[in-house]
Amino acid sequence: MNSKLILVNIVRWFVLLLFQILLLRNLSFYNMATPFVYVLFLLLLPFGIPNLLLYLIAFITGLTLDAFYDTLGVHTAACVMLAFVRISFIAVTVNRDGFDEPEPTLGNMGFKWFLFYAVLCVFSHHIVLFFLETFRLTEFSYTLLRSLTSSIFTLFVVILIEFIFYNRKAR
Amino acid sequence: MRNLWIFISRYNAFFFFIIFFSLGIFLTIKNNAYQRSVTVNSTNKVVGDVYNNLNVLKKYINLGTVNDSLAAENAKLKTTILAMQHVDTAKDVLVKDTAGVPQYTYLSARVIKNSITNRNNFITINKGKADGLAEGMPVISPGRGVVGSIKDVSEHLATIQSLLHKNTYISVSVKNTKAFGSMVWGENNFDYRKAQIKEIPNHFKLKLKDTIITSMYSKYPLGTLVGVVSNPGISQGENFKTVEVTLFNDFSSLQYVYVIKNKFAKEQEELEAKLPNEQ
Repeated sequence: MNSKLILVNIVRWFVLLLFQILLLRNLSFYNMATPFVYVLFLLLLPFGIPNLLLYLIAFITGLTLDAFYDTLGVHTAACVMLAFVRISFIAVTVNRDGFDEPEPTLGNMGFKWFLFYAVLCVFSHHIVLFFLETFRLTEFSYTLLRSLTSSIFTLFVVILIEFIFYNRKAR
Repeated sequence: MRNLWIFISRYNAFFFFIIFFSLGIFLTIKNNAYQRSVTVNSTNKVVGDVYNNLNVLKKYINLGTVNDSLAAENAKLKTTILAMQHVDTAKDVLVKDTAGVPQYTYLSARVIKNSITNRNNFITINKGKADGLAEGMPVISPGRGVVGSIKDVSEHLATIQSLLHKNTYISVSVKNTKAFGSMVWGENNFDYRKAQIKEIPNHFKLKLKDTIITSMYSKYPLGTLVGVVSNPGISQGENFKTVEVTLFNDFSSLQYVYVIKNKFAKEQEELEAKLPNEQ
């Protein structure tokens, strides 16, 4: 059971990162919205994962993305931010002692919970990402608009993937 | 002490967050401020290989366009040669060029990674230190003009800070006038086909379709093509105005580039380093 979970996550890491680097990196909607769907990997990590391990995984994932985007540190900080929001959100909404389900997928947790979870995580990730990338406050409103439109784009793809792959077994 | 320990382990998520997040911020700031010494980018061997292999397919698809641009450039070069031969027929004048070698030499390289969707874009090419590249060398594309300048070199690869980057300023001038200004990209317009020229004095009247070339103050050879004016005056201050330019270069389909080696670049740099630093 446990080793299966690890294997699934490793495969998911490779698939989502390759998807991001090879395909989505070249995709942009009028240069306003750019999707960063690889965050789905961090969203779907199992509930029982220790905090330190989660941060390390987020850090390494961000660093890998940075290497391919030539933006050292930007994705790393954004992923760590996402990990923090994820931990806080799960601590507030999910019963700490008995996790019924191993993973926070849409099929396991229901549409309403997952949407709220994904919105918070993706938006905080994108805000950090775009502001660190721009690295100046003079383009504040434009950067905010860009992160907002990109969040909507990313969320759309994330929810779509969830509906395709995970909904079946639960309902 | 024990209470402190309990406090820290109770809110460990927050403390881990502080540690990892500040590490990320530190990397970003370091990356912004200096030339990077850590090679966690696409000059890295593994990352470079991935892009190199991936590019084979893309290269094949774009073969037609690349062919056309090379043919066009060939034609242009042939015309230049003919013009030179014509001058050489005046045989009794023996020209002894004491410099003996041209000031600029060109080295062609293939683009193995390119981006246009970010705020700050980089290009990776398949030539590096072994081919004589160094930081700061200007890069142009065949027949279409300015691309950027080299940011980092490894043994066989190099990254270019593209024109589409917030720290790229290029001194440009308007052809046939003496007006010049500095060109930037991405101020409220992230279209990879458009750039802006700032600080053009108001008394110069620019027209639509005026050709923009690099000025004598840039590190590109004088007169390298840049683009045409597409909006002469998007904003006007008291003394200077800003102009929008449509670039000749199509960054989305960049395949081959020329790196320019300036024979006197080092000499000029050393000479200018001796000036008192009073700015």
